[in-house]
Amino acid sequence: MSHIPTKDEVCQPENMVYSRTCLLTDNALSYCPGCGHGTAHRLIMEVIEEMNLQADTIGVAPVGCSVLAYDFMNIDMQQAAHGRAPAVATGIKRLYPDKFVFTYQGDGDLAAIGTGETIHVCNRGENITVFFVNNGIYGMTGGQMAPTTLPGMKTATSPFGRDTETMGHPLKITELVAQLPGTYFVSRQAVHTPAHVRKAKKAIEKAIQYQKLNKGLSFVEIVSNCNSGWKMTPLESNKWMEENMFPYYPLGDIKVPK
Amino acid sequence: MKDIRLMKGNEAIAEGVIRAGCDGYFGYPITPQSEVLEYLMANKTKERTGMIVLQAESEIASIHMVYGGAGAGKRVMTSSSSPGISLMQEGISFMAGTELPCLLLNVVRGGPGLGTIQPSQSDYFQTVKGGGHGDYKLIVLAPASVQEMYDFAKLGFDLAFKHRIQVMVLSDGAIGQMMEKVELDEQIPRLTDAEIKVKFPWATTGKTPDRERNIITSLDLNPVKQEIININLQKKFKHIQETEVRFERIMCDDAEYLFVAYGSSARICQKAVLLGRERGIKVGLLRPITLFPFPTVELAKLAKQVKGMLSVEMSAGQMVEDVRLSVNGAVPVEHYGRLGGIMPAPDEVLNVLEENFIKEKKYEPHTN
Ligand SMILES: Cc1ncc(C[n+]2csc(CCOP(=O)(O)OP(=O)(O)O)c2C)c(N)n1
Ligand code: SF4
Ligand SMILES: [Mg+2]
Repeated sequence: MSHIPTKDEVCQPENMVYSRTCLLTDNALSYCPGCGHGTAHRLIMEVIEEMNLQADTIGVAPVGCSVLAYDFMNIDMQQAAHGRAPAVATGIKRLYPDKFVFTYQGDGDLAAIGTGETIHVCNRGENITVFFVNNGIYGMTGGQMAPTTLPGMKTATSPFGRDTETMGHPLKITELVAQLPGTYFVSRQAVHTPAHVRKAKKAIEKAIQYQKLNKGLSFVEIVSNCNSGWKMTPLESNKWMEENMFPYYPLGDIKVPK
Repeated sequence: MKDIRLMKGNEAIAEGVIRAGCDGYFGYPITPQSEVLEYLMANKTKERTGMIVLQAESEIASIHMVYGGAGAGKRVMTSSSSPGISLMQEGISFMAGTELPCLLLNVVRGGPGLGTIQPSQSDYFQTVKGGGHGDYKLIVLAPASVQEMYDFAKLGFDLAFKHRIQVMVLSDGAIGQMMEKVELDEQIPRLTDAEIKVKFPWATTGKTPDRERNIITSLDLNPVKQEIININLQKKFKHIQETEVRFERIMCDDAEYLFVAYGSSARICQKAVLLGRERGIKVGLLRPITLFPFPTVELAKLAKQVKGMLSVEMSAGQMVEDVRLSVNGAVPVEHYGRLGGIMPAPDEVLNVLEENFIKEKKYEPHTN
């Protein structure tokens, strides 16, 4: 019988085809298995590593499931109050114009409590990058309705489905900020399949590149799942996202430099 | 030659922060302190010292911009008046939780609500007792002159960085708007980014291979750790209480009666002391300069000497509670205050002192 290699024999440098970026820490992710946040973290950190920006990067974490992003991202970070990440990032960037400054925010953080900060950071054309993870729900607090929750969608605070008559309409904040002269590059992506991951990574690369070139604000939305909040398995949630979220939040570039 | 100028209080503190090497100001207009932002903009600080000045979209945004700058080790500040300071409480609490140094200015106007644009001291509780959520203190400096508005810019930044704490200059519409002569100091150079990296190793200046990543956060979900964080904060406040008390004694040595007042009210009481002496009343004034830490020990000492204390504030009686706690029943303490933006006159407060402690009482004493 031929020799079956042991694990140690396989795990040799010459066999290495892929490894985690060193810009992710060894801490186990606190996200639910199947959640898109982890993939979004990895992509951003990979790009920062590939662009050799670790020493020049200051990130701002939100309030939401990704509040602990600083536990996983091996870069200097500040944790902002709920919705205030764009203001915090403005304070940093104005005083360190040569650093790479980004925010990472959920939909409740960015499009509800922080709407004012979001609009104005975009309108000022602050030379920062905003990563916006839209899962149509408040994941962290247990699945309540978000500004982005789809019509009819059941959540803990819309148990009979979002009634747009009384609860308003899902906010397309990404289309909204694309209207503002201060935004330079606005794109909507997803990270639930390898093909989507590759596209999303391209958008993240562009967004970071534009900040290096002092072009103004770049805004990358990632439409993502919240399998726990949506009360689905990860697979069901990804299918539901494709069938329901993508028609309302179509993927692709929304504003590209002329 | 000395550089002496005639300035408004608000302009003096704006000039003070430029000269104190401030890196960034973030603010939103509100009467009676808009001159701070206006003065900074008109002075082209970017060209003068490299200082950044930004008009934010709200006081909420302003204070969180300050948080960001402070978290990266910069000397940053904001200013506002009462309604705007209320909006900032979230950010101030976050800065308390992350121990970020900054300078804050409240040019107080009368409340509650939109209230009035006239001077008031009714934000004492908000400033000295907390304001935002959680167990924390600010160092609170109470200027009583335009010169002190200027001086407290540098003092405020120095204390903020010495203790990694938020320093609030608690002024009022009168001190902010009045003009007096001010003696200015030499320009202090701003720190370079390289100096900041060395002086403040905790700051988020970008993770270099020589150190672990820096994180600015007030979150710790582990209650055991969170209690330790809180206990350490309290230790710091206690240390500040023991080392940073500032006050001024005016004609206290032989005083039989005492005014206790800060800011504008102290200016009024200072005049009332002179009037009282003309009337043959041995009256003095204890002027707290730091409201936290409060001159508790000094008041306790004076309580052994005087027959009564009158706390004079443009409020319904806020600081008087700290005066009473300080003397702990050793001597009668009364409060006198005008509300809604009215400033009392010197003879008015002197009459109240006389009526309360010296003459036979014609009416019930003012209490809160
Ligand atoms: C001022 C304030 N209000 C409310 C909360 C409670 N809260 C924490 S996270 C959150 C919603 C987060 O949702 P989202 O931004 O969509 O992030 P997700 O968890 O879905 O990634 C809320 C309401 C808070 N922490 N602070
Ligand atoms: S609650 Fe939702 S958003 Fe939060 S980690 Fe779980 S799946 Fe992800
Ligand atoms: Mg969400």
